[in-house]
Amino acid sequence: MDFNYTPEQQQFKDALRRFIDKDYTFEHRNKIVHSDKGVSDDAWATLTELGMTALPIPEEQGGFNGSAVDMLVVMQELGRGLVVEPYFATVVGAQFLKLAGGQEALLEQVAGGELKLAAALGEKQARHDLSDVSTTAKANGEGYVINGTKTIVIHGGQADKIIVSARTSGEQRGTNGISLFVVPADAAGVSIRDYRTLDCLRAADISFDNVQVPTSALLGKEGAGWDILDAAADYGATLLCAEAVGAMDALNAATLEYLKTRQQFGVPIGKFQVLQHRMAEMFMQAEQARSMATLAAVKVASADATERRRTVSAAKARVGQAMKYVGQQAVQLHGGMGVTNELPSAHHFKRLTMIELTLGDTDHHLARFAAQPGFKDAA
Amino acid sequence: MDLNYTAEDLAFRDTVRAFLDANLPKDLQHKVLNHKRLSKEDYVRWHKIVAKQGWVGTGWPVEYGGTGWTAVQRHIWEEECARAGTPAILPFGVNMVAPVIMAYGNEAQKRHYLPRILNCDDWWCQGYSEPGSGSDLASLKTRAERQGDYYIVNGQKTWTTLGQHADMIFCLVRTDPNARKQEGISFLLIDMKTPGITVRPIIMLDEEHEVNEVFFDNVKVPVANLIGEENKGWTYAKYLLGHERTNIAAVGRAKRELQFLKRVANKQQKNGKPLLDDPLFAAKVASLEIEIMALEMTVLRVLSQEGAKRGPGPEASMLKVKGTEVQQWLTELMVEAAGPYAMPFDPAYLEGEHEHSITGDDDAAPLAGYYFNFRKTSIYGGSNEIQKNIISQMILGL
Ligand SMILES: Cc1cc2nc3c(=O)[nH]c(=O)nc-3n(C[C@H](O)[C@H](O)[C@H](O)COP(=O)(O)OP(=O)(O)OC[C@H]3O[C@@H](n4cnc5c(N)ncnc54)[C@H](O)[C@@H]3O)c2cc1C
Repeated sequence: MDFNYTPEQQQFKDALRRFIDKDYTFEHRNKIVHSDKGVSDDAWATLTELGMTALPIPEEQGGFNGSAVDMLVVMQELGRGLVVEPYFATVVGAQFLKLAGGQEALLEQVAGGELKLAAALGEKQARHDLSDVSTTAKANGEGYVINGTKTIVIHGGQADKIIVSARTSGEQRGTNGISLFVVPADAAGVSIRDYRTLDCLRAADISFDNVQVPTSALLGKEGAGWDILDAAADYGATLLCAEAVGAMDALNAATLEYLKTRQQFGVPIGKFQVLQHRMAEMFMQAEQARSMATLAAVKVASADATERRRTVSAAKARVGQAMKYVGQQAVQLHGGMGVTNELPSAHHFKRLTMIELTLGDTDHHLARFAAQPGFKDAA
Repeated sequence: MDLNYTAEDLAFRDTVRAFLDANLPKDLQHKVLNHKRLSKEDYVRWHKIVAKQGWVGTGWPVEYGGTGWTAVQRHIWEEECARAGTPAILPFGVNMVAPVIMAYGNEAQKRHYLPRILNCDDWWCQGYSEPGSGSDLASLKTRAERQGDYYIVNGQKTWTTLGQHADMIFCLVRTDPNARKQEGISFLLIDMKTPGITVRPIIMLDEEHEVNEVFFDNVKVPVANLIGEENKGWTYAKYLLGHERTNIAAVGRAKRELQFLKRVANKQQKNGKPLLDDPLFAAKVASLEIEIMALEMTVLRVLSQEGAKRGPGPEASMLKVKGTEVQQWLTELMVEAAGPYAMPFDPAYLEGEHEHSITGDDDAAPLAGYYFNFRKTSIYGGSNEIQKNIISQMILGL
């Protein structure tokens, strides 16, 4: 067994960290957040130069064929560095393309940093359930016509192309009859309402009003999109777990530093046993989360879908519990400083809170874990 | 044992309800019930409406313009206000500085300040904390040096809630640098318009301007603004802490927010059914509701033991800890109930610049900010860790 990073992984990590420490400082990031676009083209260009956009793309399309474990390294750094660029949205989008097959041209563009993607999966009534799809796609002579509204699409307003789940048949909450399409963001009938989220990312509500797409826009087979969607969402959840671990590491480091330096009653507050135990628990929570994020990264590519779902849901649920504890305690132990918007820690806490709400919260994944075959079997 | 209100209490409650029905402006109520941001004008407007009725000084003796209500009546008033969704009557003047002025101020101070506090003619803020002195308040460094009829004040206060609107600040300042740390402190009232005072905003997690740093650079404060005796300020500050404890747990608001939580959880769908039908979520809401029931009984038990006028007791610490835990738990479940809809951030909606939020889910729009903001409650007013230290020392004798 080997839990170490390979030399390549270490290189990616170091390069990314150097970039963030030098050119993506907290101050700089805040400027980006409050700019009109909310993201930075320069930062995107650098991420591309560093090979980040190529990392998960197959070699044949100019990528490095990186695994989810490679991505674990990257996402942790992005989490630590509070990066708000549409990287996660794009690589999750690319995962849809990879799983569907036949999308080589687009994958090549992703690798080269020329194509940003977003996955429009959520709907108002659906909460965390991605099979609850009321958006429709109707076949006509030229392809399909899409109608419906997708909500809280992460970086939907920054994407060039949007992956959309739509129903071509079946019941509203059934897994059969879901189809996936790649739709250009500027297609006629697509309207995008872009906004900031409280963790300083961007999201969008996107409505599709008689959007005509050609048959070639279909990913995989008509009505059989669920397996791809479920697997790509698991991939996304795995990346979020990794990002969360990076954010928790940053919070724990900042809190530990604060406990050692903040003086009250003539001693560093870290001398109070109640805070020591709290900090020890935060550390253990982050380690348990790291273990589960690692396990998910290893298993997310598993051929056995049950195994994949089981581990990813276990990871998202366990990381969810850790995020809440570490986030809340980091604020508490910082005292008044913890509730201001001025420290990076504040933003790590906010990001963790939003990760919990993305691609299924803790309850959702606990229920999904318990629903997998084998859970009810007595030993 | 009788857990019911008396007939007089019930009659009193009817009177309060009738007053609120007739006098609470709908627009203010709407803002409060929907977790929108309140302006200075909103607070002042409500305060003046209550002042006109003569119901601001609920804990004050009648001789100073107070209502002379019993502890139970005060509790009913606060609960009904919370239920109706009134803005808060801010505590800094009415519940914090006023009791100190009544107990330790001179006649001139009482005559000048108390009616103005009742009528909200001055907006007060609290200048205790400093960058280096939070939980360890007695280590404060802001200096006041006597020069003739004035003190010259130098130093910095921080976390000054709503200090940006304030006319007056009550401060703890060090007047004897050589005394033991609790003993050289004085209690000063300072006009915020005095030259040498600068206020710098601190922006909170929800991006609202709620607290401030206040800098004092050679600020001249008349000696007439000293409360009581020089170097005795710590005694007065301690008298103030936990003085007004009937509302410290804010049970009324918790009960109202529980209803709001249920509304959100009933509207949100999970597997095509209301989220509140989901056993996992329902169990959490049930646990919280039970905790609120327990808290309410604890508050009533503490209240019923409160004599006509007793100083602050360590029970206040218990109510603060449990009250803030309930509040934070509520905001946590609200975000969970809203799900992904808690993510969008729409400050213009919160400020009332447009009627509907950007995604159209008006209930969900303020909730993440609310959750972030409420992390403060376990920190301010003496952090929950400090409250537990007090309980273990003063009640348990550890
Ligand atoms: C929103 C907000 C509004 C406020 N409004 C005002 C105001 O209007 N006027 C005013 O004067 N002040 C105000 N305060 C200040 C508030 O009273 C202080 O923040 C509080 O006393 C904590 O001090 P601190 O922030 O310096 O934290 P610290 O004292 O540095 O505490 C940091 C952490 O250490 C813990 N800790 C400290 N000492 C101990 C101990 N002995 N044992 C165990 N744990 C310990 C604390 O619980 C906390 O978790 C406000 C604060 C906030 C956040």
